[in-house]
Order: sequence, then C-alpha cells, then structure tokens
Amino acid sequence: MSEAASAPLGVLGAGVMGTGIAALAIGHGIPVVLVDVSEDRLADARRRVDAQLRHARLMGSVPARDAAGLTTAVELAAVAGATAVIEAVTEDAEIKAKVLEEASSLFAVGTPIISNTSGIPIGELGRFVSRPDELLGIHFMNPAYLITMVEVIRSARTSDETMAAVTGLLARMGRRGIVVRDAPGFVTSRLLHPMINEAARIVGAGVATAESVDDLMRGCLGHPTGPLRTADLIGLDNLVDALSTLWERTGEESFRPCELLREKVAAGHLGRKSGKGFYDYEKVLS
Amino acid sequence: MTTGSAESVQQRIREFLEERIKTNIVVDKDLFASGLVNSMFAMELVVHLEQEFGVAIVGEDLKLDNFRTVERMTSLVCRLRDAPVTDHA
Ligand SMILES: NC(=O)c1ccc[n+]([C@@H]2O[C@H](COP(=O)([O-])OP(=O)(O)OC[C@H]3O[C@@H](n4cnc5c(N)ncnc54)[C@H](O)[C@@H]3O)[C@@H](O)[C@H]2O)c1
Repeated sequence: MSEAASAPLGVLGAGVMGTGIAALAIGHGIPVVLVDVSEDRLADARRRVDAQLRHARLMGSVPARDAAGLTTAVELAAVAGATAVIEAVTEDAEIKAKVLEEASSLFAVGTPIISNTSGIPIGELGRFVSRPDELLGIHFMNPAYLITMVEVIRSARTSDETMAAVTGLLARMGRRGIVVRDAPGFVTSRLLHPMINEAARIVGAGVATAESVDDLMRGCLGHPTGPLRTADLIGLDNLVDALSTLWERTGEESFRPCELLREKVAAGHLGRKSGKGFYDYEKVLS
Repeated sequence: MTTGSAESVQQRIREFLEERIKTNIVVDKDLFASGLVNSMFAMELVVHLEQEFGVAIVGEDLKLDNFRTVERMTSLVCRLRDAPVTDHA
C-alpha cells in the first residue's frame, strides 16, 4: 500500500473531535498518530474511530478504499515526523498552551501546527509555539467526517507557505475551507454559541421545552437539528468551556454560560457522549 | 426463510423505530428523505440491527440505501441471517 509510506498526520487529543478528525483522515488514506493522556482513553478512542469510520462509509462520505493506519500513543513525541499536527485537546487556554509549546519543540521547520479550538484566538496561542508563522486554526465541525466545510483561521502571523500546505491537506481530505481573520470565536462559534446559550436559557426559564425549541428552529427556521440537539452533539462540557473562554476574552454577556448548562455539566449530563444532556439518548432519536 | 420469520423481523424493526421516533411508520416510507431520522441515528440503527439479529453489516452492504425503509432493512437482515458466514476481511 502506497499510503503506508506517506507521513502521518498527528492528532493531539482523542475526544469527540480528535477521533472524528482521525476517522476523516484515515478514511481518506492519510495515516494518523493519535495522542491522549491515558491508555484507557486511547483504547476507547480506537473503538470510536472505528465506529466513526463505519458511519462515514455508511453515509458515503469517505472514498471506498482501505483505510490508512491508526497509531495511538500517550507520548507527544510520537508525532515527531508528522506532516502536520492538529491540536484537539480540551478547550482550555492553559492546557492548549502547554501542549502546543511541547509539540512545537518536536517538529522540523515547515510542519504546520493546526489548532481546532472553538474560539481561542490563534494569535494568542501563537505565543506558545516556536514558529507562530506555522500556526493556524482549522475549526472542523462535528462530526468532522460528515461536514465537508471547515472554518480556516489565519492569524496575523500565519505565513503563505503554511496556508498553502494546509490547503493541500484539506484537499486530500475532501474538505473545503473558508478563510477568516482571527477574533474570539471566529465566525461560527461567535454566532452559534450565544444562540445555544440563549436556547438553554429559554428552557431554564420554562418558556419552552428543549423539544419545542428545536422543533421551532427546525420547522420555522430551517436549522438541521435544532440548537439543543447540536449542544448535545458538541458536548455540554465543551460548550461551557468554549463559552467561558469567549466571555473572558470579550466581556460579552451573551457568552456567559447560563445556569442550566452549568448545572447539567455539574450533574455529568454532557450530551450524547455521556448518554444524556437535553435529551436522553437511550430513549429518543438522536 | 419462512414468510413468518421475515414478518417477525419486519415487526421488530418497526417496533424499535416507532418507539424511538414516536410515530407510526409505513414500511415502505423513506425515513431519511422524510426527515424522520437523521444521519446521526443512521449508525445507531446499523448497530442495533447487528446486535438484535446477530448479523454483521460490512463492506458493500454498509450503505444508506439499505436502511431507507423498514422493508429494505428487513430484506438486508434476512439475507445476512441466511447467508453462510463469509470472511469479510
Ligand atoms: N465538540 C465539538 O463539537 C467541537 C467542534 C469544533 C471544535 N471543538 C474544539 O475541539 C477541541 C476538542 O474538543 P472535544 O469536544 O473533542 O473535547 P473532548 O473533551 O471530547 O476531548 C478532549 C481530549 O483532549 C484530551 N487531552 C487533555 N489534555 C491533553 C494533553 N495534555 N495531551 C493530550 N490530550 C489531552 C482529553 O483527555 C480528551 O480526550 C476543543 O478545542 C473544542 O473547543 C469542539
């Protein structure tokens, strides 16, 4: 197999997004080295990458060919030699800073470092890498293997060479990028996250049930699933983290995570990934 | 394969879906085109059929067209259940 010879893509963080991005890449014949903090998480991640690859095949969203290899590791050093690395660790600026700093010390010049952050400015993260011109944001949507469009964030320091390398990588994975400039939340999270937050506030205030909010947004406004099903898919913990990072950076009240969201996270109701969020996934349709 | 057991497969699939969708289902209705089920549920459906009927849905069979209607799912399950075990590797 010729793919076996091609350099792997490094993916840091094997959560909802890291596993989805790994399924997308191997489904397109690009081998992946996937890193997380524990063997337990990685064992679970391997199962989820397999399941997501099957889902991608079912939906016809990856080419009908053998998947490339998936390697998992607990040491960041395993991604040295990767053609590019995508950071998809927890949405926490401190954790990202630490991971990016360590990763950037491992790579040869010319290796793009990509952050999948939902909204932390790329310029801010650039302070932690040795070559900020090689850093940019690619905001993959969830599920990464089904949604073909991505938001590409170019910081003031991202170089043309980096943009060209990443455009090639996206093309190999059948993704289409829209390039935007750097700002907290970029475009998609700046619009989506306050909407979800407000939808949760509406439910918390008893104005309407989660089902009614989603049905109205689908039936009247053409939203594909409704904001609260989207929230459950994203993961309510990640949503609260992302809203907090945006609130801290902008002071905008619309980003302050509402009480109902925080309560659900405290209760361990994280959405689809824990089986329950605004919906109970044992009982209702996804 | 007797008609009786194909009927019971169809019945079980329909009951599972009706419970989850909370709507009565016509067996030849395209569940995806009608918006009754979405792409996220599609995979759960595959896993459910595999577990419920002890079949493995792989390769060429793993395509959305096989899951569009209760009828199509029934014929897929019946075909796989009756097929000799083959190596899909
Ligand atoms: N969930 C979504 O829908 C979505 C969509 C787009 C972007 N994002 C962004 O993608 C990133 C990941 O989000 P997620 O939803 O996959 O989160 P998640 O909580 O599902 O996964 C995060 C993973 O990172 C791992 N991790 C933490 N510290 C690490 C370290 N030092 N080294 C390696 N791994 C580490 C965790 O163990 C966990 O497995 C976040 O920046 C998030 O904002 C999420």
